[in-house]
Amino acid sequence: MIPVGLDSYLVLGAVLFVCGALCMAMKRNAIGVLMGVELVLNGANINFVAFARYNRTFQIEGQVFALFVIVMAAAEAAIALAIVLNFYNNHLTVDVDTAEELKG
Amino acid sequence: MTDFLSSRLGVAPGVAELIVALIAAVILITFMLLSAIFFVWLERKVSARIQDRLGPTRVGGKFGWLQTLADGLKLLVKEDIIPTNADHMLFRLGPYIALAGAFLAFVALPFGHKVVAQNMNVAVFYMLAVMSSEVFGVILGGYGSGSKWALFGGMREAAQVVSYEVPRAISVLVPVIVAGTMNLSLIATQQVGGFWNWYVFHDPFTFCAFWTFFTCGTASCKRAPFDLAEAESELVAGFHTEYSGFRWLIFFMAEYGSMFAISGIAVILFLGGWNLGIFPWELSDKIGILGNVINVLVFIVKGWLLVFVMMWVRWTLPRLRIDQVMITCLRYLLPISCVLLLGVSVWQLMLWQVTYSVVRDGQVIHEPILGYANYVLAAACLALVVWAVWKLMKASGTTPIQMMPGAWPALNTPGSPLVPKS
Amino acid sequence: MDQQAVLFLIIATFTGLSAIAVLVSQNIVRAAVWLLFTLAGTAGVFFLLGADFVAATQLIIYVGGILVLVVFGVMLTAQGPFITMKVGAAEWVIASFVGLLLLGVLVTSLVGAFNFRTPSPEMTSAEKSLSSAELGQVFLGLEGVTPETNLTGLPEGARPAPRQRVSYLLPFEIVSVHLLVVLIGAAYLARAKRRRGAIS
Repeated sequence: MIPVGLDSYLVLGAVLFVCGALCMAMKRNAIGVLMGVELVLNGANINFVAFARYNRTFQIEGQVFALFVIVMAAAEAAIALAIVLNFYNNHLTVDVDTAEELKG
Repeated sequence: MTDFLSSRLGVAPGVAELIVALIAAVILITFMLLSAIFFVWLERKVSARIQDRLGPTRVGGKFGWLQTLADGLKLLVKEDIIPTNADHMLFRLGPYIALAGAFLAFVALPFGHKVVAQNMNVAVFYMLAVMSSEVFGVILGGYGSGSKWALFGGMREAAQVVSYEVPRAISVLVPVIVAGTMNLSLIATQQVGGFWNWYVFHDPFTFCAFWTFFTCGTASCKRAPFDLAEAESELVAGFHTEYSGFRWLIFFMAEYGSMFAISGIAVILFLGGWNLGIFPWELSDKIGILGNVINVLVFIVKGWLLVFVMMWVRWTLPRLRIDQVMITCLRYLLPISCVLLLGVSVWQLMLWQVTYSVVRDGQVIHEPILGYANYVLAAACLALVVWAVWKLMKASGTTPIQMMPGAWPALNTPGSPLVPKS
Repeated sequence: MDQQAVLFLIIATFTGLSAIAVLVSQNIVRAAVWLLFTLAGTAGVFFLLGADFVAATQLIIYVGGILVLVVFGVMLTAQGPFITMKVGAAEWVIASFVGLLLLGVLVTSLVGAFNFRTPSPEMTSAEKSLSSAELGQVFLGLEGVTPETNLTGLPEGARPAPRQRVSYLLPFEIVSVHLLVVLIGAAYLARAKRRRGAIS
């Protein structure tokens, strides 16, 4: 059995990050894009807390940074949803493929 | 529950911890289910007595002890209906998420001195966090039912529960500031001794924080007078309209579980935890295992007492409208809890500023004047309780129904104006 | 420890599969449910790493706050039955290729790059995890939990410089004001307005 080391947690964070990035790129629903952003932030948080556990120097910084990231993600999700609601009020759809008024 | 038993039996430490964890989980869920069974019976009896009737009296003796078992059997054999429009996966998932949210809170709840499944340093924060994920069960139940009444009920319930979490968390912060730790076992051991040591009497801000926490806790458990989910006259039954039989039972197990968890937090933070309030020692240190048993019993009885108060309030007060519910939260409870937080911080800072000096053992010791506030508050509350009990005992024994004209003649109360004088 | 490995395998598989399910799921409400499981799994990973406070914060803010907000947004922007916006097959192929490439780059650069094999303090019991009192003191800069080490990354021959003890009070205050601004801004942005007709 492979012992659980720092690498396992970093790989998990990378998987979450890639899923989030693909969500941001592929989803047509604007709220799906927001879910991708949350996944990316969670992947980064796992990295922070894993380093906090496995490296004595970052024992407290990792957790503090993770806390700040969580709080800022909450703020950003609120604003993103407000923007999505505004978009819906103006276009009656949340399909990001229709948001092309500024194109060209 | 102490978790170093199996390590002595020669089992591998990893497996031993797993076995202990399983035993703890089984004990906790058994306690939660037994409590739920008791609460269902208690609710029916309390509602009956408040409505001047008797409640279940047939199943299992004169007081209907086994009524809940009969109810459970009925629910188990009911047909499991899933509506056609329902999202099958979400419909099935909702009750279990709610139950998981309610049950996980019991992991950090200490029932006695060192009688806790996992002694966490952030126990109270963990319990609030885990109970806040119960709202997802409500949302999934409402959406997954595929009916618009369930959806509306679920969304209203979710908005209410999420809004009330903010003043609830701020009210929890008030005794945490006084205690200096979030570890529930430590907070309860700090309240050892007479009942004047309990944090509810510690200063007026903590006293008010108890009432605001209880109100916010009742609201976030979706109990009356904030129980719009069960508003029969408006939304049939809110988010659990389409749930029948066993799935409905899971939702209600989750609700009674979170009611007991909220009461448990209130008991430990404010009402002294497992301390009886009479003896000046920690019982489990003095008497050993018997002390532990007494502690657990005292804690459970206090928790059940607070749940009884929740039920009492439910059947006494009328239901609030959704806008009244949100106004109570946002315009009253939230500013009040913020003021209490400020007040208790200032109190704790001023505690050592306003001192008087005494000479003890030849040394000058500074005693805080404000430290005696708890005796004043405790004495005032005790006087209030004694006066209330005395007034109640002086009240007459006839119920309002018996005093109404034309009602059935009171059968057993002589001296009542309706008993025909023979 | 073996128990750590088993727990990590279970929780990490659960989290990873839920994240992939968020990506793959076509129905937006089901994607929200899989996101719930991913966030709960991440909280489990934090508990496994001994960061109790961060894990509880993750649960209360992400699951109990952000996800409820997301679901409310989904309900408010629904048009009739959820029109599942489908993505073409070609996009799936390109996306999975790019995704696997990115994952490969990340994994090969991460694995074996760091020398930290064992967890540093033996924080297996709950008493050793950072309590809120310690976190508060470190936030105020009163007490450094981090051991005294010298700064890394200095050029060759430079004097070893000790790390200063920092307090996180300023970022904390900035974040608080930031949240207030975001609250007001979001409430203003999402206020009820007259709805114009759909722009095709």
